[in-house]
Amino acid sequence: MSGSKRSFVPQPIEAKVKSADEIKNDKGGKSSVFLTILLVLGCVTILFPLYMTIIIAFKSPSEMTNDINGALSLPQSFSLDNFAEAMRVTDFWHSLGNSIVITAATIILSLVIHSMAGYAIGRNMNRKKGFKMIYFYIVSGMFVPFAILMMPLVKQTANLGLDNMAGVVILYTVFYMPMNVMLYSGYMKNVPMAMEEAADMDGSSAWRTYWTIIFPMMKPMHATVAVLTALGTWNDVMTPLVIMSGSDNVTLPLAQLNFQTQFGTNYNLAFASYLLALLPIVIFYIICQKQIIGGVANGAVKG
Amino acid sequence: MNKKKMNDRQKTYILMIIPALVLFVAFNTIPLITGAMYSFTNYRGYGSYDFVGLRNYIDLFSDSRVGNSYLFTFKYAIAGTILVNLLSLLLALGLNSKIKCKSLLRGVYFLPNILGGLIIGYIFSFIFTYIIPAVGSALHIGFLENSILASEKFAWIGVLIVGVWQAVAMNTIIYISGLQTIPADIYEAGMIDGASRWQTFKDLTLPMLMPFVSTNLILSTKNMLMVFDQIMALTKGGPAQSTESISYLIYKNGMDGGQFGFQSANAVVFFVVIVTISIFQMAVTNKKEEQL
Repeated sequence: MSGSKRSFVPQPIEAKVKSADEIKNDKGGKSSVFLTILLVLGCVTILFPLYMTIIIAFKSPSEMTNDINGALSLPQSFSLDNFAEAMRVTDFWHSLGNSIVITAATIILSLVIHSMAGYAIGRNMNRKKGFKMIYFYIVSGMFVPFAILMMPLVKQTANLGLDNMAGVVILYTVFYMPMNVMLYSGYMKNVPMAMEEAADMDGSSAWRTYWTIIFPMMKPMHATVAVLTALGTWNDVMTPLVIMSGSDNVTLPLAQLNFQTQFGTNYNLAFASYLLALLPIVIFYIICQKQIIGGVANGAVKG
Repeated sequence: MNKKKMNDRQKTYILMIIPALVLFVAFNTIPLITGAMYSFTNYRGYGSYDFVGLRNYIDLFSDSRVGNSYLFTFKYAIAGTILVNLLSLLLALGLNSKIKCKSLLRGVYFLPNILGGLIIGYIFSFIFTYIIPAVGSALHIGFLENSILASEKFAWIGVLIVGVWQAVAMNTIIYISGLQTIPADIYEAGMIDGASRWQTFKDLTLPMLMPFVSTNLILSTKNMLMVFDQIMALTKGGPAQSTESISYLIYKNGMDGGQFGFQSANAVVFFVVIVTISIFQMAVTNKKEEQL
């Protein structure tokens, strides 16, 4: 079990990290204290907004005086009232559920549809012109800004009855297709054709060979694709904003946008809500930091 | 037998690509074509419409609001791309050298990348509106006493700060993975030759890093040109439309402003601009890479 978990880490990057560190360590020498201090100080720019969010989220409105202390000093007591109220106002569990369903469904569809396409293209693009053309056709979608698709898509999804979460999932599957197909078909270069040939000998159909042998072998790329797709869909505002505006369902970021007016000047309520909306992805990041950073680096470098 | 196998294989390949292809045609190519078609009409988003030929395109060039949105977007994208790449290169050099708590520090600096742009925008909006003016009046620094977001002249800098804050994380990670591809013996050779730190960076590190520089430049230019979330959260295009990005203008006037046809033309031009810039950047950086 632990073995299979490890292989989720994109191996190439991981290997590089180790070797470079080892070389550096071999040379001996002490780590630079000055540089470490400098970088720790730099972290303030990252952590200050988050510290402020947490502090304000726990305070009561009466503690918010008009000077800096009002916003930045520690709260008199760490009360959860703001969070309870924010959950009620923004229908937190409902929008959290929607965000999870949309992200999970997009990842599953991407892993299935994009990996199949990437595999077929990767195995054929050097021999068959048609596949090469399809490859460039799909990858060129990377340059199409959402702004140009947005207005026609609103009409189109409404006509098809897809102005809802299902529609958003389908659109994400299309938006992330160029990047993911490129990643998968590139990865196929590392998988020798002998794999399929051996299975063919045993009388397995190409379809079966794919799902039993090739698909599991693409695991490192699945991790990269899942991370990149998840980060993109989880935080996206624009697509659900224009596509689902007619339905009662909202995603986590969209709820923040919609309830902005209801928060009014109650910043404590607003920040409690922001913190709640940030929390799931932060927890996920703390647990899977290595996979996420590895996945992002892997995807960008290959892409 | 073998031939039958080959046929089975080819059929399966085609079968596998069909779902992706159908989806892509239906939800990328068709809306792209319909969008282009609407750009030749006076469609308001509802009701009937007529074809008006190239009028929308001609009007685009005399529309000051569209012109301003291009000015803002380019100003933002150019300043942002330069800042992001300078900062992330410095940060990557720091995070890749011999320091303590390396993975913890990397983890912290990557954090902004995973957080949603909208919520980060709201948090920074509070900082710009309350914290910085409070600091400004406590220290009697005049130009800090008013919110930067309320200033027609400087609001774009507020948007820029938030955009850069988030984008640096991603580029840093890419530069770090680039730095790790550089073999250590090159540095040893440089040290033997008595190269200074700056020389080492300029003559050894930077040339080796060039492919990653080009990846980062293309990536951040494209993302910066499409800025939307930060504007939605920070300024909503204001004050006085001074921070209206192209994406935001298309969204606002195309969806609600009754300018479906006109903004479609704007979107088509925007698409052409993005493709041109990307191709130009790729051509230039490829040339640079070849030279080195």
